Amino acid sequence: MSADAVKEEVDVDETAEEVTDTDDAVAEEATEEVAEESGDSLIELTAIVGEKLGMTQVFTEDARAVPVTVIKAGPCYVTQVKTEGVDGYNAVQISFGGVKPNRVNKPDAGHFAKAGVAPARHLVEVRVDSTDGFEVGQTIDLGASFTKGGRADVTGVSKGKGFQGVMKRHNFKGQGASHGTHKKHRAPGSIGACATPARVFKGMKMAGRMGGDRTTILNLEVVDVDIQNGLLVLGGAVPGPKGSVVIVRGAVKARA
Amino acid sequence: MNNLDMLESAHLRNDLPDFRTGDTVKVHVRVVEGGRERVQVFEGVVIARNGDGTRASFTVRKVSFGVGVERVFPLHAPIVQKIEVSRRGDVRRSKLYYLRERSGKAARIKEKRD
Repeated sequence: MSADAVKEEVDVDETAEEVTDTDDAVAEEATEEVAEESGDSLIELTAIVGEKLGMTQVFTEDARAVPVTVIKAGPCYVTQVKTEGVDGYNAVQISFGGVKPNRVNKPDAGHFAKAGVAPARHLVEVRVDSTDGFEVGQTIDLGASFTKGGRADVTGVSKGKGFQGVMKRHNFKGQGASHGTHKKHRAPGSIGACATPARVFKGMKMAGRMGGDRTTILNLEVVDVDIQNGLLVLGGAVPGPKGSVVIVRGAVKARA
Repeated sequence: MNNLDMLESAHLRNDLPDFRTGDTVKVHVRVVEGGRERVQVFEGVVIARNGDGTRASFTVRKVSFGVGVERVFPLHAPIVQKIEVSRRGDVRRSKLYYLRERSGKAARIKEKRD
């Protein structure tokens, strides 16, 4: 199923050839090429879906306390490989999270069955440059995707804050606490001009629902990777409450 | 034990003595000065212990040349090389902030008799 399995098969073939020693040199070269190709195609998707467990702090070697977010990453499986020829773009669809089989509707159940993957609660699509090396059913390997000291971007849905005023929602300054300000301390002030344009422009920053948005935090440091327990430890904060689903990807703006 | 506790437990120290508020302790602190590391001892009364897990900290107060000095140490930080308990105090509260308003005889703490 995975590339490892393919490699093993090739190894077996080679040993068989050595024992029998009947095939000519050309065939042997050919098998070697195949082996090399399968080795090259072991591309790991630098993305994984996980559950935010919460925050804590750890100490670094130079005795600094670093605030970290712990993410229970994976297990994730590839459920579909989308290619430019068929779908118009290249992407890998991965599954995450357990779900009772009787709670899965028939179209989804069929989709998972086709991929040979256990039904999961979440499906996430990750765009890739090339789909070479990705196979349906493949497991996303946390250790190969993220290494200690690397950088990652995290996408999640931020905590809902409810209906909030402009000071909290848009970082307005509000108005004076004194100097005659009357009952307008946290008000936005003017929202436009007079007879021209005689209306309020669209997109004017005003009070309203805040939070609950899909948010991406860029360039978080990978402080630790615990492959045994499937934990990803990232420096800093990550959007959303504990228990929320987050997508961790390799940093797009990481400095070399 | 959930995963967060498990991760934290790797960063917790178990070489620290059992001490509580009211105890007099000697804290051996690693100080790096111009690339050289040495150990400085800060001795005083523990007036507070805060937090748990890797975030746990404690506050030590001493009176140095007539001036009260307080330092907050993260309990599990590597900069704390060693903690020595030199005296067990008998106190009835967990936070001894009242010591800040007192000096001399009034700021004494009874020693614990077992």
